[in-house]
Amino acid sequence: MALFDLKDKSRYATFSRRAFLLTGGMTGVFAALAARLYQLQIVDGRDFLTAADANRVNQRLVAPARGRILDRFGIELANDRRNYRVLIIPEQVSSVRQSIDALARVVSVAPQQREKALRLVAQNKPFIPVAVLENLSWEDFARINVNLPYLPGVQPDVGETRDYPFADELSHVLGYVAVVGPDDKRDDGDMLLNLPGFRIGKRGIEKKFDRDIRGQAGIAREDAYGRVIRELNRQPGVPGKDVYLTIDRQLQKFVSDRLGTESTACAVMDVENGDVLALASTPSFDPNLFNIGITSAQWRALTSDDHTPLMNKVLSGVYPPGSTFKPAVALAGVEAGIAVPGYSVFCSGGLTLGNHEFHCWKRGGHGQVDLHKAIQQSCDVFFYETARRIGIDAIAAAARKLGLGAPTGIEIPGERAGTIPDAEWKEATYGVPWQQGETLVAGIGQGYVLVTPIQLCTQAARIASGKNVSPRMVYAVGEERQPRGDFEPLGFSDDALAAVRSGMSAVANEAGGTAYAWRIPDAGFEMAGKTGTAQVRVITKEERLHGVQKNENLPWNLRDHALFIAFAPIDKPRYACAIVMEHGAVADHPHVQMVRDILLFTQKRDPRKLPAAYPVTSA
Amino acid sequence: MNAPYIGARRALTIREKLLAIDWRVVILITIIACIGFTMLYSIAGGRLSPWASAQITRFGVGLVLMAGAACVDIRWWLRLAYPAYAISFLLLIAVEVAGHVGLGAQRWIELGPLQIQPSEFMKLSLVLALARYLHSQNVEDISNPRTLAVPLAMIFVPAALVLVQPNLGTATILVADGCGLLFLAGLSWWWIAPAIAGVAAAVPIAWQFLHDYQKRRVMTFLNPSSDALGAGWNITQAKIAIGSGGLTGKGFLQGTQSRLDFLPEKETDFIFTTLGEEFGFIGSMMLLALFMAVIFFGIRIAMASRSQFGRLLAMGVTLNFFFYIMINGAMVMGLIPVVGIPMPLLSYGGTAMLSVMFGFGLLMSVHVHRRVEIPRRAGGLL
Repeated sequence: MALFDLKDKSRYATFSRRAFLLTGGMTGVFAALAARLYQLQIVDGRDFLTAADANRVNQRLVAPARGRILDRFGIELANDRRNYRVLIIPEQVSSVRQSIDALARVVSVAPQQREKALRLVAQNKPFIPVAVLENLSWEDFARINVNLPYLPGVQPDVGETRDYPFADELSHVLGYVAVVGPDDKRDDGDMLLNLPGFRIGKRGIEKKFDRDIRGQAGIAREDAYGRVIRELNRQPGVPGKDVYLTIDRQLQKFVSDRLGTESTACAVMDVENGDVLALASTPSFDPNLFNIGITSAQWRALTSDDHTPLMNKVLSGVYPPGSTFKPAVALAGVEAGIAVPGYSVFCSGGLTLGNHEFHCWKRGGHGQVDLHKAIQQSCDVFFYETARRIGIDAIAAAARKLGLGAPTGIEIPGERAGTIPDAEWKEATYGVPWQQGETLVAGIGQGYVLVTPIQLCTQAARIASGKNVSPRMVYAVGEERQPRGDFEPLGFSDDALAAVRSGMSAVANEAGGTAYAWRIPDAGFEMAGKTGTAQVRVITKEERLHGVQKNENLPWNLRDHALFIAFAPIDKPRYACAIVMEHGAVADHPHVQMVRDILLFTQKRDPRKLPAAYPVTSA
Repeated sequence: MNAPYIGARRALTIREKLLAIDWRVVILITIIACIGFTMLYSIAGGRLSPWASAQITRFGVGLVLMAGAACVDIRWWLRLAYPAYAISFLLLIAVEVAGHVGLGAQRWIELGPLQIQPSEFMKLSLVLALARYLHSQNVEDISNPRTLAVPLAMIFVPAALVLVQPNLGTATILVADGCGLLFLAGLSWWWIAPAIAGVAAAVPIAWQFLHDYQKRRVMTFLNPSSDALGAGWNITQAKIAIGSGGLTGKGFLQGTQSRLDFLPEKETDFIFTTLGEEFGFIGSMMLLALFMAVIFFGIRIAMASRSQFGRLLAMGVTLNFFFYIMINGAMVMGLIPVVGIPMPLLSYGGTAMLSVMFGFGLLMSVHVHRRVEIPRRAGGLL
């Protein structure tokens, strides 16, 4: 039992005094804290509130929805598809590997998808979501959503991705979208290009109208770390405009199927208003690959193919027109007053100029040939002689009037001009004067003459309509109708045009015509046309002596190109078509058969008469 | 008071002891803890997980711990004082030798699943040990250098160990607690005045011994905009959070600063900023008032104890509580540099919560056993 502690009294007194002092001190500290709070919250509160508001606002660009591309009947050729995907935010899961394992028990996760996701996780900050799976089927996506309680850290998400539902059928028209490259930013200051994963048009309509289809950036405001914790507000931006094409998707499909796997370029257009109804370059490629991400093996396959699937041969392929150039020479001849009725040339199978022999394709010769027969049977000697008489400058002028040798202005980037030579051009390009022999060669569409298939199609349409129609593919961008010129008469006399059309009709419809075997027999649908063959190799004197090698016996890449231009129907033409089949000059003229089928299909379908998504005729 | 006279012949039953606990203090503590839960709920974006639910559990455990400590006879605490101090001291040495480095500092040692922060133990052990030592000293003897050397060593040796971890905040609290107890025990003003002068003179010298990060904190404190996105970030953002609350605050769950992740350690050391932002000046002042009320109850309990040990123990615990609030409050309000000190009862964290609740358990033990008289030479080491 403790004794009463006498000394404790003084200790207690001291303790009380000092505790009182400490209490005072502590109260003072609390008062100081209170004063500080008063200063921060009451005196300076308004300033800090402003600072807090400014603080939380971090503007983030939001990609607008990309506009669609539609055909003349409103069928979607390119759209933004819903991309069902699965995201993982690394900082919100204990282990990304375990989360992917859990996911793999619900849907299949390929090893490379797994690798890619883990690589992205390692490369990025932990709060940046990583897409583990993309482009999931609705069934898989639904399965993930149902199993979500067992999938830690997995976030189902619906993104948007560009989709080309008809895959390789229209790739050369539409082009494709792909990730922004360093060059793209040079002359395009749009902030959207800085968005990670943003895609822009790289070819075709997607490139040409990218600014319209792209739309304008929206803005989302978030916290300063870029973490999507909560969106404070959102300006959705302006969605991209839809682009309506003149293409008829049904016809396009027919053309593209008909061309098959040969290396071929083909265009179909309306001879009155220039609407391009189909434009195909085969073989083609799947534009979706470039959006999803093309593998190096796929890329190698596309670039090493000698059929050049990536090239749009309709616009970017330049070929000697061969005999398809003869209607232009014929028109020039009539206009020059030379190839008038009664004018004829005797073909013995060749023509000598100076010490050079110019051969006709028919070794025995055609005998006496007038303009009609010359076009029908494609007599070279007639055109050598006629060309010699009218001269290169008149031929060049007529060819240019028909749209050859200059870009047509079609709304797809990458169009080449080709060449229509004349004396001035030769002087400027080679510094030497024009030779008369070259006029003869040009008279049958060889030598310096180079054209694109779309120019050939334009040529056919102009001969058919007599007007300077130009090909066009875009009706409207959003609500805005694209300007469309009033086409003027070409300035050729009606007689000249009638004579050439009649010759071209005879090509397919009179016995002895070069395409008579592949005419359209259906009454009222008959086509007029002009065949052509473009030589790609030099035929030596010796070979000519022993007989020219048949194309069928040559390696593919040494065979002649096969060409054909046509319009139909013959009495009142509405549709024109041109085809170039690379190294396709074989006896049974598959390219002429293609055009025959295409023009018959086009006429029977008659897309001009069908109700279009946008009215075709007015304005 | 119905409770039996404690100086009486018989000891109290557990039931009587529990009833003798000052439940007004417990209610105050609970209210403060609930404010903490609310803040954690708000910081998590209106969700109990991950912080609020865990914190509620810890507080529950803490309450049981407190009640348990309150029922332990105060004389047992006297006997346990030196062993507790010795164990804490050994653990401090151990953490220095084999400690776990966390956040750039050696503060933990791991015992199986437990993470032990010996510096946290040391605060209460130091209070216990000093209270026991000073219990046996007369006022006149304390200022004797030979007598004073022992408590000074008891304070400064562990404080130095904690400082080199480095943990400036806890070292400061150890020194402050210890000096506070020496002051209360009657240390002569002839010691106190020169000590204050000496500390003032020593500041430039001490500066040399600070870690780089500590220097940086001081420098950025003095001029936060010098490094507005680096070390000054916390200070600037904390002030913006509190200041933007204004008089009435932005409202529950409406804080933009804390919820939008502007504040690092918003759920631990900087939790007060959320209160300031969402409940404004009024809410902040109410919290300060609650803290003050707890402190006044603590002082009252100290004054009511019949033993010097009880008085010093109660006052030591109260001072410890106060220093936490002072340092954390001044820190988040941008009055002192950033040091890693949590706000007691509010900040998320297990060790801090249990340590604070255990402290209140000791305070309650003093209260329950306030009439127990303890002889000068009471007890052996155990």
